[in-house]
Amino acid sequence: MSDKDTTYQVPIGPIHPALKEPFMINFRLDGETIVDADPHPGMNHRGIEFMGMHRNPLKVIPLAERICGICSIVHQHMFTTAVEHAAGIEPTNRARYIRTIMAELERIHSHVLWAGVAAHEIGFDTHLHFTWKIREKVMDLLEFITGNRVNYAMWTVGGVRRDITKDMYPKIEDTLTYYESLYTKLEDIFLGDPSIRLRTKDIGILTKEEALRLCGVGPTVRASGVKKDVRIDQPYAAYGDLELDYIIPSKFGYENTGDVFSKTLVRLKEVVQSIDLIRQCVDQMPDEDIDSEPKKAVLLNKLKKADGEGIGRLEAPRGEAFHYVRLKEGREELDNWKVRASTYNNLATYAPMFMGEQIADIPIIAACIDPCIGCMDRAVVVDVSTGQKTDYDHEDLHKLSVEKTKRMLGGSL
Amino acid sequence: MKLTKTFDKALWVFHVNSGSCNGCDIEIVAALTPRYDVERFGIKLVGSPRHADVLLFTGPVTRKMKDRVLRVIEQTPDPKVVMVVGNCGSTTGVFYDSYAIDGPIDTLLPEGTPIVYVTGCPTRPENLINGVKEAWLFLEKLRGDDK
Repeated sequence: MSDKDTTYQVPIGPIHPALKEPFMINFRLDGETIVDADPHPGMNHRGIEFMGMHRNPLKVIPLAERICGICSIVHQHMFTTAVEHAAGIEPTNRARYIRTIMAELERIHSHVLWAGVAAHEIGFDTHLHFTWKIREKVMDLLEFITGNRVNYAMWTVGGVRRDITKDMYPKIEDTLTYYESLYTKLEDIFLGDPSIRLRTKDIGILTKEEALRLCGVGPTVRASGVKKDVRIDQPYAAYGDLELDYIIPSKFGYENTGDVFSKTLVRLKEVVQSIDLIRQCVDQMPDEDIDSEPKKAVLLNKLKKADGEGIGRLEAPRGEAFHYVRLKEGREELDNWKVRASTYNNLATYAPMFMGEQIADIPIIAACIDPCIGCMDRAVVVDVSTGQKTDYDHEDLHKLSVEKTKRMLGGSL
Repeated sequence: MKLTKTFDKALWVFHVNSGSCNGCDIEIVAALTPRYDVERFGIKLVGSPRHADVLLFTGPVTRKMKDRVLRVIEQTPDPKVVMVVGNCGSTTGVFYDSYAIDGPIDTLLPEGTPIVYVTGCPTRPENLINGVKEAWLFLEKLRGDDK
């Protein structure tokens, strides 16, 4: 390396005190500016696909659920869809609507959770506590419907395991009204507040070209103006019957800049969309059985005889996710199973977003794709010219981030 | 090391995710936020294992995380208590037959480390608070206060 190279290397991860999973990013810095970002996943590899190939499809559903605790509905939904596709089993129509309601409820909880984490990363802990307080309302509803706060065990091949009955409608409506009444406040905080705008506007920009080139998915690229949403492009569950449109910033009079601000905007607007979708589902829900094959022994026998491959595509709160399943005749276990979650795609978008930003912006940019893995507790800054090492842990990074907010507000915070 | 009486009045917690699914992790954060608010008992999440009294482990310890988990245990000053949150942390649970798991965590801990199990997949915030209560009782027992 030449004498003039004054860049630093900052490995960040893999242990983080807040909620993200083990993950590591290697940063190359020139002073305060990031010149390169290199993600290193793999700390959370549990060999789930391998385990799935040693269990029968119904036993894999709880395992698929535990790929991720925040999007547990996503993986059980996609896995059952893929198995249904492979075995030629049709879920009942009522099950399709119940699946849609659950998926949208999860989107609300996931986006509200994200907003809290984002506020925490830029030093507004009051907003973290506020958003997590209002998130409890939808968690209550999920618990009321399924019996558990996380990991709902709701799906089965051919339908769902629990019904959403008529006496549950008032409670659903109550929750939706609660979020509607609070939405203006959320928008005031995250879109109107000048100090939050300072930290999110023009930070972590992902251009439309880069978004398309790197195959990003979900709100991350919709914020850049890319019209990409599996719910519309290839409708699954009951989405074909519902009215919905792509949520992109230009629809609401903002520019499709692809910065952290527009990503926040897209996620907040999707909460409103989810409320609307759940209302449509409740109105249109047909009266039918919830499971097309209630006898599980018969179903397992059918799956054992099935031969073929199937896919499940779905718009998770973080973007498109995908499952592939192959069943072989006479084999009780899955023959093959492949999972591709949305964060895989979105990790690649880190590189252009981090480029040219400051160390203090790392937490918010890392959070802005809503990573399912992500971690920044411990960082070692190595000065290449002197070999000197400095330790940065999450608190230091968080402090840097909070200080930047104060600096931008002229010390008035 | 002998536990002092002040130790259990304000437990500072460091959270290590050793390959969990995030389910327990969000419930831990939910326990810290207004609905459950464990900070009123003096329980606080800290950013470094060197500040912590309690280590909160989630996940079944993946092969790549094993060394890091051991390092965090070494970095935490004595006296310390380990709380294992979730079924997969306690027994590897649903991931029992995986090739990539080196856990459960209790097999990696030095002998004699006080350890409290909080079960559930994922655990509930109420159960987590109950786990802290169990840890308190456990600590009192270690000190000989129950006599």
